[in-house]
Amino acid sequence: MSTMIKLDSISKTYHMGEEDVHALQGLHLELQRNQYVAIMGPSGSGKSTLMNIIGCLDTPTSGLYELNGINVSEMNDNQLAKIRNKEIGFVFQTFNLLARSDVLHNVELPLIYGGVASAERKRLARESIERVGLTDRAHHKPNELSGGQRQRVAIARALVTHPSILLADEPTGNLDSKTGEEIMGLFDILHREGNTIILVTHEEDIAAHAHRIVRIRDGKVERDEPNKKRKVVTIPSTVMA
Amino acid sequence: MRYYFSEFKEGMLIAFQAIRANKMRSVLTTLGIVIGIVSVTLMGTAIEGLDRAFNKSIAAIGADVLYVQKWPWGGGHDWWTIRNRKDIRIQHAKVIERQATLAKSVSPVTATRRNVKYERKVVESVVIMGTDADFTETSGATIAFGRFLTPAEADGGRPVCALGSEVAVNLFPNENPIGKVVKVGNYAYRVVGVFDKQGSFLGMESLDNRVYVPINRFFKEFMSGRGGISVFVKAASLQQVDDAKEEVRGILRKARGLKPKQQDDFAINQQEIIIQTFNTIGVVIAGVGLFITGLSLFVGGIGIMNIMLVSVSERTKEIGLRKAIGATSRAVLLQFLIEAVIVSVVGGVIGILIGAGSSLLLSKISGWAVYISPFSVALAFGFSAGVGIVFGFWPAKKASLLSPIEALRYE
Repeated sequence: MSTMIKLDSISKTYHMGEEDVHALQGLHLELQRNQYVAIMGPSGSGKSTLMNIIGCLDTPTSGLYELNGINVSEMNDNQLAKIRNKEIGFVFQTFNLLARSDVLHNVELPLIYGGVASAERKRLARESIERVGLTDRAHHKPNELSGGQRQRVAIARALVTHPSILLADEPTGNLDSKTGEEIMGLFDILHREGNTIILVTHEEDIAAHAHRIVRIRDGKVERDEPNKKRKVVTIPSTVMA
Repeated sequence: MRYYFSEFKEGMLIAFQAIRANKMRSVLTTLGIVIGIVSVTLMGTAIEGLDRAFNKSIAAIGADVLYVQKWPWGGGHDWWTIRNRKDIRIQHAKVIERQATLAKSVSPVTATRRNVKYERKVVESVVIMGTDADFTETSGATIAFGRFLTPAEADGGRPVCALGSEVAVNLFPNENPIGKVVKVGNYAYRVVGVFDKQGSFLGMESLDNRVYVPINRFFKEFMSGRGGISVFVKAASLQQVDDAKEEVRGILRKARGLKPKQQDDFAINQQEIIIQTFNTIGVVIAGVGLFITGLSLFVGGIGIMNIMLVSVSERTKEIGLRKAIGATSRAVLLQFLIEAVIVSVVGGVIGILIGAGSSLLLSKISGWAVYISPFSVALAFGFSAGVGIVFGFWPAKKASLLSPIEALRYE
């Protein structure tokens, strides 16, 4: 297994007025291709900061971050935008879909910023929509969809560029438990198909789906262990297309 | 290239969606630009109208006539130096007439004011012009009935005169003036002709409140103090005006005995000088007018800026998402700039239509021939787009600089 993410002595300090807040303090973490990892931690643990750095939304104050062998810790905003576009697929708690655009356009969006030609964009977007089982909803607006369906659109959008990592931040936080389980089932399938998934959550139930659980406290890795009691969802074929 | 194009297309799409989603707001913002463009367009029309009215008026002077005088037209001359110049005299007119090959006709002209009487009727302070028989040829003024002075009458200084139409109407409301004797000042003159109506120069001085008499008689009866005159020279053709001017200059320099290094001690005036003077004033009027109306466009631009700031803060989360999935700062900047430009260009187009419409209406009412040039339309269009870019830039820049993390967290 090749190394996908390598974080070496990552520190992140925020200046809050007079005080310095050390969100991360020399954190080490390595992730292999096709791993399914849950990052857990109480609020204030540095979990969100870590996610932002892994997702290239932010750069560390010090330390080295290699993504796919590329040093991204010292990139500028433009370069980071390109990396996010190509390498990272974000799934957010609040879905963050464009309310005025239909499903197809929402899924196309990363490809637009990636400079993919229109016809190719449409093809890739449809393909991605099919993977999450929403082919018949391609021309619906987000407000015509259920919460679970919206999150699937978001997942399709995250997948459309074939990113190195799928980075999901509390993906079931806004869903009821049954729908949440369906979404987790979808992640299981995506993992089996070869995707690398990072799940940021504070719910043990959700983290239980991952193969490895990394616990963060006070800006450092507190525990990092394989998940022995892995939960597997069996999905009825009617839900997944 | 394709990259920019798809970004641009996405920007257009977002802009139209945003405008459609906030119809009322967009309409009100657009209205500000509409008002701005309409007022600028109308001001432009008014200035153009003024220009045309002037050009029509100035045409009376004749583009092919040179005015040899002591005083130059227009401003910026040293009054004292010019005052001390020698006067232009009748012999100069004669020299020019004899020697100039590029002159069609030459007339000495001088003027004063006198009351003109016929029986009990008096017209006060009429301009009395002393000239020769060539004056109609030189000035282009035409006789309505009767005739102008003959060369014999003019050179012999006979007591005959031709009346301007206004004087003729006032003195002879019900009679034929030809053959009647009028008193110009204290001297009797027999009327031989009446001029056509010529209107007024720049709306100030009537060209019809005049009486024309032979210049040789004028010298004897009306000349007071210094005896300076003007010489009107009509060039052989419009194309030869400049050559004729040089020729007259040479003749006069020789006649006045000027050495090569000495400056001219006379002026050769042309219609062009008045046009230049007017243009200077016109530029000031146009500048001030456009500045004042431009203020309304400025206010419209501030409206756009305001609404764009609202739009940016409303869509903070959307901006965060776009940046998270790979939109560069430039793409976000472009997106909001396009939105601002669309609102303002739509306003501009509506403004141009309304402005053109009311200009046409204005021309119907005022009788000015209004011409809406493609250039002015393009200018208004470019101006409104410029307003969108200028006033949309700051909000767009603000949006583009948002940190994706902060923006995504924004509620």
